[in-house]
Amino acid sequence: MPGLADLVAPYEFSPTVAVVCAGATALFVRGWLRLRRRGSAPAAWRVLCFITGVALIYAVLQTWLDYLSQHMFWIHRAQHLVLHHLGPLLVLLALPGPVLRAGLPVRLRRPLAVLPLPRGPMRAICRSLQHPILASVLFAGLVWYWLLPSVHFDAMLSIRQYKAMNWSMAVDGLLFWWLIVEPRRDAPGTPGYGTRVLMLWFVMLPQIAIGAWLSLTPHAIYSVYNVCGRAWPIGPLTDQQIGGLITWIPASMMSMLGALVVLRRWRAEADPQTAATRPSRGDGRAPAMHPLSGTDKG
Amino acid sequence: MRIHRRLPRTLLPVLAVAVLLAGCGDSRHWSLKNIEGVMPPLRFRLTDDSGRPATAGDYRGKVVLLYFGYTHCPDVCPTTLAKLAGSLGALGDRADGVRVLFVSVDPKRDSATVLHRYVGAFGPQFTGLRGGQDALRTLTRRYRVSYGYGKPAADGSYEVSHSSAIFIFDRRGRIRLLAQQDDDARAISHDLRQLLAEPEARS
Repeated sequence: MPGLADLVAPYEFSPTVAVVCAGATALFVRGWLRLRRRGSAPAAWRVLCFITGVALIYAVLQTWLDYLSQHMFWIHRAQHLVLHHLGPLLVLLALPGPVLRAGLPVRLRRPLAVLPLPRGPMRAICRSLQHPILASVLFAGLVWYWLLPSVHFDAMLSIRQYKAMNWSMAVDGLLFWWLIVEPRRDAPGTPGYGTRVLMLWFVMLPQIAIGAWLSLTPHAIYSVYNVCGRAWPIGPLTDQQIGGLITWIPASMMSMLGALVVLRRWRAEADPQTAATRPSRGDGRAPAMHPLSGTDKG
Repeated sequence: MRIHRRLPRTLLPVLAVAVLLAGCGDSRHWSLKNIEGVMPPLRFRLTDDSGRPATAGDYRGKVVLLYFGYTHCPDVCPTTLAKLAGSLGALGDRADGVRVLFVSVDPKRDSATVLHRYVGAFGPQFTGLRGGQDALRTLTRRYRVSYGYGKPAADGSYEVSHSSAIFIFDRRGRIRLLAQQDDDARAISHDLRQLLAEPEARS
C-alpha cells in the first residue's frame, strides 16, 4: 500500500509536467498579487479555480494516480476527465490570460508580448484549431482515437505514446474550453454564444455513444489491462463498465456545466443594464487591461 | 551552384540503398506482437531461486522470456508456464538458448525454496526470481506492468493481480516481442526459432 509520500511524489518524474505546472502557478500568483496592488485583481474564487485546475492536472499526471491510471481502465477514464474537461475548464474559468501576462517579469513581457499578436504564428495555429467545427471534431475525435483498441493497447505499453496521449488531451482541453468560456467582448473574432452551446452539445453526443458502448459491451474490449496487470484484483468487465459510465455521464455533465457558463455570459452581455453599469474603456478608473471584473462576478 | 546541381545525383544511390534496406528490413513474419524499441532493454537486480543474486547480464546470449506471477496462482500462471514448456519442447536442443524468468510478485509466500520447487516442475530452462518490494517496483515500472494484493480471506490466503504478459528479449537483451494469453505454444516456438536464428552481435 502506498504511503503519503507515494501519493504526492511523482510515480514517474517528468520535468516538463513539473516545470509547466509550477511555472503556471507561480506566474499566476505573481500576476494576481501585482494586479491586486493596482486594485484590478480578479476575484479570489478565480485564483482558487486556477490553482485547483493546475493541481488536479499535476495530480493525475504525476502522482500515484498516474500509476493507477496506467493499470485500471476506469481510473484512466477519470484521469482523462480531469485532463480533457475539468482541469482545463477550471483553469480557464479564471480567465488567466491577463493575470499570467501581469505575472511575467517586465523585461520578458515586451519580447513575449510579440508572440500572442493576432498575426503571430502561435496565435494563428491556436485560433485555427479553434474553428468551431474543427475544435469540436478534434475534441470528440481525440476521445475516440485514443480509445481505439489497438491504439489504446500501444499507448499503455509505450511510455512515449502514453505521454503523447496525455499531453494531447490536456492541450486540446485547454484550447477547447478556452474557446467556450472566453468572454466574447474580449475576443471579438470568436464564435457567438449560440454556436458555443451547439459545440458543447455536438461533443456530448459522441461521448455518450462511446460511454454507452463501453459500459454495455458484454465482453472485455481492452486486453492491455490484463496483459499489464490491474492495480488491484477486479473483474475486467466491472472495470470497463465503470470506465464507460465515467465517459458517459460526468463527461456529458461537463458539457451542461459549460453551457451554463456560456448562457450566463450571453445574458450578461446582452443585458443592457449590466452592460451600462460596466465601466467603459475611457473611464479612467478602470484600467483597460482588465477584462476580468464585471460580467460574472459572484 | 555546381554543388547544388550535383547534389541530387550523389543522393540517388544513397536513396536507392535506403529504399532497398527499408524493403528488406524485416521480411520475417512474427506470430506474436512485435514491440521492438517500445520498451527499455532487460535490466533487473533480483535473487534467483537458489538464493544467489541475479542480474540481466547473467542471461546475455540467451533469448529471455520474462513473466510475472506467483506460485499460489490458481490457474493463469501454471497454464502459462505449461504452455511455455510446450513451446520450448518443440525447439528440441535449441531450447537451451532460451531462459524463462518467472518473477514472483508475492515474495512473502514465495520463498526461494518454494519457487525452486515450483519452476523446476516446468523444465531446466525455467528460473524463479524474487526480490523486495522496491526491486519489484523498479522492475514492474520499467515494463509498465502492475501487481496488487486482494483482501486476505479467513484462512489468510489472498488473491494477487498480476500481468499476463510474456515479454521476450533477444540475445542482446533488447525487447522484441509480447506474447499474450491467447497466443498458443506453436506461435511462441515459431517466433523463438526466428530469434534464435539471429546472429548474436559481439559487444
